[in-house]
Parts: sequence; C-alpha cells; structure tokens
Amino acid sequence: MSFPSIDQIQGDFDVIVVGSGLGGLTCANRLSRAGHSVLLLEHHDQVGGLATWFKRKGHTFDVSLHGFPYGMVKTCKKYWNKAIRDSIVQLKNIVFDNPQFSLTTTFSREDFTRILQEEFGIARTVVENFFATVGQMNFYDDHSLTTRELFEQFFPGRSDVHRLLMEPIAYANGSTLDEPAITYGIVFSNFMNKGVYTFQGGTDKLIGMMAEELRQNGVIICTGAKVDRIVVEGGKVRGVAVGGRVISAPSVVSNSGITNTVNNLAGREAFDSAFLDRFDQVKVNNSSCQVYFGLRPGESFDNVGDLLFTSTAREFSSDEMLDMETRSRTFSIYYPRTRPEHPDYTVVASMNGNYDDWAFLDKAAYKAAKQAMIERCFVDLERYIPGIRAQVDWVEAATPRTFNRYTLHTKGTSFGTKFEGLGISRSIFKAVPGLFHVGSVGIIMSGWLGAINYGVIVANDVDSYLRS
Amino acid sequence: MTRGEIRNVILEIIEDIDEEADFETLDPDKPLRDQLDLDSMDFLDIVMELRKRYKLQIPEEEYPELATLNSCVHYLEPKLKDC
Repeated sequence: MSFPSIDQIQGDFDVIVVGSGLGGLTCANRLSRAGHSVLLLEHHDQVGGLATWFKRKGHTFDVSLHGFPYGMVKTCKKYWNKAIRDSIVQLKNIVFDNPQFSLTTTFSREDFTRILQEEFGIARTVVENFFATVGQMNFYDDHSLTTRELFEQFFPGRSDVHRLLMEPIAYANGSTLDEPAITYGIVFSNFMNKGVYTFQGGTDKLIGMMAEELRQNGVIICTGAKVDRIVVEGGKVRGVAVGGRVISAPSVVSNSGITNTVNNLAGREAFDSAFLDRFDQVKVNNSSCQVYFGLRPGESFDNVGDLLFTSTAREFSSDEMLDMETRSRTFSIYYPRTRPEHPDYTVVASMNGNYDDWAFLDKAAYKAAKQAMIERCFVDLERYIPGIRAQVDWVEAATPRTFNRYTLHTKGTSFGTKFEGLGISRSIFKAVPGLFHVGSVGIIMSGWLGAINYGVIVANDVDSYLRS
Repeated sequence: MTRGEIRNVILEIIEDIDEEADFETLDPDKPLRDQLDLDSMDFLDIVMELRKRYKLQIPEEEYPELATLNSCVHYLEPKLKDC
C-alpha cells in the first residue's frame, strides 16, 4: 500500500497521531470512528511500528509475530473488524527445553495445571490458589510485592517452576523477577486464558488490513514523515512541526516512546519540574537481538513446535538472558501455513539484549559479534532441526542497534518502559493539555494485545478532551 | 429520557459491543460484568459511546456507578433528563 507524502497534506486536523505502532494505529482508528479528523504520521516507509516484517530473497520475516493471548480475538473484532478477527489461529505446540525440564504444552491454564501436578509434583490446591491469586490481580492492587516474592510464596525454592512460569513472560515483555507481581499476574493470566494465538497471513497481511480499515474510516496516513517537534504554545498543544511546516491540531497523540516524547518531541521546557522529577525516574526496558533463517525453496522440515523456549543455562536468570552471549533464546517457527498464499519455511531466533553492549562496537567488532551470535543460534537450532544449516539460503541478524534505527526508541527498547512509565504516560495530558501518549509502557501495556488495548484507552482520553 | 428509555439505550450499546449478549436472564441489580462477561475495556466502550451520543462526560472515578443495569439508570437519569 502506498501513502501520500507530507507535502500533499492540507488543512488542519482534530488529532495528529505521531507514530504508527499498533497503539497509534488503533487510537487513530477509534478516534476517526468517533467522528474526529485524524492525521497519522510515520517516519518509516512502512506502518506498524515494531509489528513489522521485512522481505529478503523471496522470504518474508516477521519481527514480532510470536504469539499473543486469546484476548486479541475480542479486541480485534471490537476495535478493527471481523475479517481481522477471523484470521486469528491458535499455536498449539509450545515447547520448553532446558537443563531442568523438557515439555510441550498448549500454554493454557488447563494444561499448566496438569503439568505442574504431573511433571513438577505440585499439589492441585497450590496450583489452583496460584491461578486464583494471579487471576484476581489488577492495576489498582498493592505494587510492593515482587514476582520473585509471589513465586517464593507459592513454590518456595522451586527454581524449575519459577523458570516455567517466568521465562516466556521475560521474552514477551522484558520483565524480571523484581518487577511488581501485578505486572506478571495480569500478563500471565491473559496468556493462560486459552493459550497462544497468531495471525494467519503474517504481520504484513494484518497491517495491510488495518491500513485499509483506516483509509475507509477517513484517516490520512503519511509515511516518510518524521515529526521534528510537537508544538506547545501557551501551555497547550497546537500541532506538529514536520517537513518544514506546522500542521495544526488541538490534540497530538505521540506513539513515539515516552522518553522521546518528553525529551525530544514536546521538549522538557513544556513540562513543570514536578512532572519532570517523576519522568526522570522512568527506566526503559531492554532491547532484543534476532536471527532470521529462510529455507531454500523446496526444502522443508518436520513439525518441531510453533514456539520453542530453549536454554542451556542451568537456571533461569534475567541477567543471563540479557548477556550478549546468552544461552537462552526462543525459536519462532513459521511453516507454510503461516502464509498459505506464499508458503515458506522461516525461523526467527529471539533473545533479550542490552543496547549498551552493542552500541559502542566499531564496525569490525560489530560484524564479528553478529556473526558469532548467528553461529550460536545455528548450533542451538540444529538440536531441533538437524541439517538446517545446509537448507537455508538466507541468514541475517538484528541487534539493539537495528531496533533503534527502525523504531527510534531510546536504547532500542523493544518493550517500552518499566512499571513507572505507565503513570507518566497516563498523566501526560494533565501536564500539557492536548498532549497524549500511547505505546508500550509499564510492562502491562506491552505486546500486541496490550498496545492495541492501550490505544483504545488513550482514544477515550482524547475524545473526552476534544468534546469538553 | 425516561428510565425505560435509558435502560434500552444501555442494552443497545452493550449489544453493539457483544452481539451474543443474552439479556433474558439479566438481573438488573447484579453486576453486568459477571452476567454478561464484560471486562473493563467494554465499560470504556460504554462510556465513550454515551459521550458520543449525549456529550456526557463520565469521570473515571464514577465508572463504578455503571456496575449494574439499575445503577446505570439511577446514575444517568438526572444527567439525561433533557436528552
């Protein structure tokens, strides 16, 4: 799909959305359906933010389509359309393989209840109490209990159980055992509802359908439009500066990272010192590394599972997972059924990573570090798909630097901010009327489902502001 | 609007959110959330729809007033009397 350039845009708007991640796209759609005129600006030449894909040598690689909770079904129907909802399908084979245990699961409450009893010897009442406790957690609960304390309360000394419960969530949103337990409880319960789902047709199809829905609802989308400033005058938002001019709007929704929004887009001078003191406490989450493998046409492999949580590290450790040479990674396996219209076999290895470990390497060292990471992934992948090394015709690595380049996120963060970022994001319009933020914040509002639902929550705030 | 009209508006908005919602056995004094499988996002949809239709601003701290069908009607009656 092609979009107009910023030079072709005329007039002013009720809302300008800066950034087209799933939160920005959903917020734009919701506001246009509510009757507001919406302009959506994206710096990249493709919309979707981190819900993205790229093409190489006939392969399409999905960057963040690894599995989302069942809640996406209802959310996509309500805030997008039924055709999008109808493309959501379950991933039934989730594999864990590490020195402590190896198992296959549907990653649902029912199956985890069975596994915790049969494989880990936990009493049924303990398992049920644990699920009841995390299921009731909500944002307004006490934040002082950590996930580590929660696990110790129910499964004391059981590092194997802690790993089963935590490892997938650490990959899903970059959280650690030291985060507030409610962030764990909310995200884990979402997944445990009915298992893990994906979008049949791939990220490119989903984003194409969303862009078409936006077009039909009258949202104007410009790509290649990097906003220089959000214009704040007299304490209120007036519009955005982009492409050498100002486009007026009484409200601006920034789907840029919250740190970029405050420091660079609105500028710190737009905020009072009390807000900035709180803002300066916000820590961005870690970034990611990925290695992409594409099979030569005609090559294939057996079904080895949809999502593999693998590690050769003795125990779960957030620090180990962030290390450049981590031995923990997920493999997302894409079979021909992922894109029935363009059948292909691809594999994406994902690891957590720190921007600072990669940012300062010189050209040769960076290239060597990427090559070493590819080699480590090959060694691990061959344990599940023997001979894959000879089957691939494309291999490529992405690092925190890559994530930074395409998303502009501070330190290439792939999961937004830690918990404290949510309060800042939710209250930014009280500091500067007309300025809103949507995007991954607070761990809870992360991932595809979190981002879309947060887009709806912020759209409600914007609608309330515009109608007051 | 009369109490009956307000009640019908609420049910109509809920039906737009969830076409499979079953109102036959709905107890107007029990939480909508438990009976109709509504979540906090659904309540946000109700708030946004009421604002769109009647320019009605419901502050976040008053969302609990929308818990049951009867509490909705009771809360909205003075606000919608001229609509």
